[in-house]
Amino acid sequence: MNYPADLKYTKNDEWVRVEGDSATVGVSDYAQDQLSDIVYVDFSAAAGAKVAQGATFAGVESVKAAADIYMPVDGEVVEVNGALAQTPEAINSDPYGAAWLAKIKLTNPAQLDALMDAAAYEAYCKERSA
Amino acid sequence: MTFVPHTERDRQQMLEAIGVKTIADLFEAVPQKFRFPKLNLPAPLTEMEALGELKGIAEANESADDLVSFLGAGAYHHYIPAGVDSILRRGEYYTAYTPYQPEISQGTLQAIFEYQSLIVALTGMEVSNASHYDGATALAEAVNMSHAIHRGARNKIILSPGIHPQYRAVVHTYEDGGDLQLIGEDLDLSAGPDALIELIDEHTALVCVAYPDFFGRVYDYTKLAEAAHAKGALLAVSVNPTALGLLKPPGEMGADIVTGEGQPLGIPLSFGGPYLGILTTRNQYVRQIAGRLVGETVDSRGQRGFVLTLSTREQHIKREKASSNICTNQGLMMLAATTYMSLLGKSGLRQVAESCYHKAHYAATEIAKLKGFGLKFKDAFFHEFVVECPIPAAELNLRLLELGIVGGYALGAEYPGMQNCMLLTVTELNSKEEIDYLVETLAEVAHA
Repeated sequence: MNYPADLKYTKNDEWVRVEGDSATVGVSDYAQDQLSDIVYVDFSAAAGAKVAQGATFAGVESVKAAADIYMPVDGEVVEVNGALAQTPEAINSDPYGAAWLAKIKLTNPAQLDALMDAAAYEAYCKERSA
Repeated sequence: MTFVPHTERDRQQMLEAIGVKTIADLFEAVPQKFRFPKLNLPAPLTEMEALGELKGIAEANESADDLVSFLGAGAYHHYIPAGVDSILRRGEYYTAYTPYQPEISQGTLQAIFEYQSLIVALTGMEVSNASHYDGATALAEAVNMSHAIHRGARNKIILSPGIHPQYRAVVHTYEDGGDLQLIGEDLDLSAGPDALIELIDEHTALVCVAYPDFFGRVYDYTKLAEAAHAKGALLAVSVNPTALGLLKPPGEMGADIVTGEGQPLGIPLSFGGPYLGILTTRNQYVRQIAGRLVGETVDSRGQRGFVLTLSTREQHIKREKASSNICTNQGLMMLAATTYMSLLGKSGLRQVAESCYHKAHYAATEIAKLKGFGLKFKDAFFHEFVVECPIPAAELNLRLLELGIVGGYALGAEYPGMQNCMLLTVTELNSKEEIDYLVETLAEVAHA
């Protein structure tokens, strides 16, 4: 299981990569492993939408479950990864790279402080797998 | 041999676990005098006597086969080839509910696959589900689908007043308590689809129409589809599948969802059910369609086989996130429709539709010649039409029935102001002699 050190994580298994006042959001390696083969992704928010922390902006379906994806912090959507509609399996193979879900403009960066770092998130995943 | 699985010991253990002594203790809340009241029932009958009694009751009923019937209004009396029943009664099909371990029931899955393929061809759409309860609930699912497709961002649903009043009532029931606004039902009945166009705005999720409509009228909805799409709304068309044997399919008019009542396809009237819901859509909306879908595939040995497809739409995976939690289908009725359509084929369906159309038009022309009678609408129609009578339709029906004729649907009950209007239906089962008898009798009893 991979927990990149440069990311922040949520209890719902999303990750955030901060780049100045922008950020990229996706789902973690642990999340894709739990969901198993992902077959469908759709987005309920489009570019320009203001999405509050904890609100749904996408949904993924795997062969055994459907899950909502929540926005880790308040933000305005700049771009969603529309290419995933054709290649949803990228979430399984490259959850931190090609399978990013959304790029956002941070509107309340202070919220980032409450998210987990890689070490805390790894401990949180191990605790649930135990 | 007993079929009660619990032993006396099991029962004792359960009673001990909940802390009572006897099963009777569980009923203490029911006053003694109500527990075993004396019932006023006739003496027991032998099987032979019971059969005789039931026969007597059944004979008091007069079916559409015993009388001359011109009643339709959503349930239609058509000829059903004997082959339909003999396929339905095969034990392999007759005992089957919608399969819960589906892939082991390849025959059922293949029948569903054939049904879906036939319905897609008939409606001109791209995807059909494995069937739904009936025409009314299928339309209500179309409303839910449109809400889900727009992710709840649009809350206005336009219902044409030409949709069957009972279907509209079911849509109201489904949407009661939700945030959807149902509009359009109070439009003038003569206004046609153009009046619906004026109601479409950027809050409209769906426009619903019927084809033919409740009054039998046929419209081309191409312009309506274009107007809906221009505002980002969808168009749902509720069909009578018999009419599609002859008329342009709604898929070619730009419909996004086509629903319908499948009863005319080989399913008897049977006091109003079980019937068959038709629900189809475009590929792009397949994830929002209710119910089950069967797909064709190959097994590990490369042999053709059938599987449930896109099950993530359904409650066993999506659960509360699904747009509909209905994943049953009308298995046996679906099979009847599949057998009926297969036996008739494209040309047979067309012949049935043409026969209905021509006989209905003959009847309408002859009735319109009668003194005091006239056609209510001037629009094109399929096999139903509204006749304005010189006396209340309900009264006229009583007089017709005395002479062995089931008249049309008396519209006054649903449409105030249409007390004298009757919705008449003519199918291939009505002979020219029957139609002539109706015309003569109408002339006779209306002025009696």
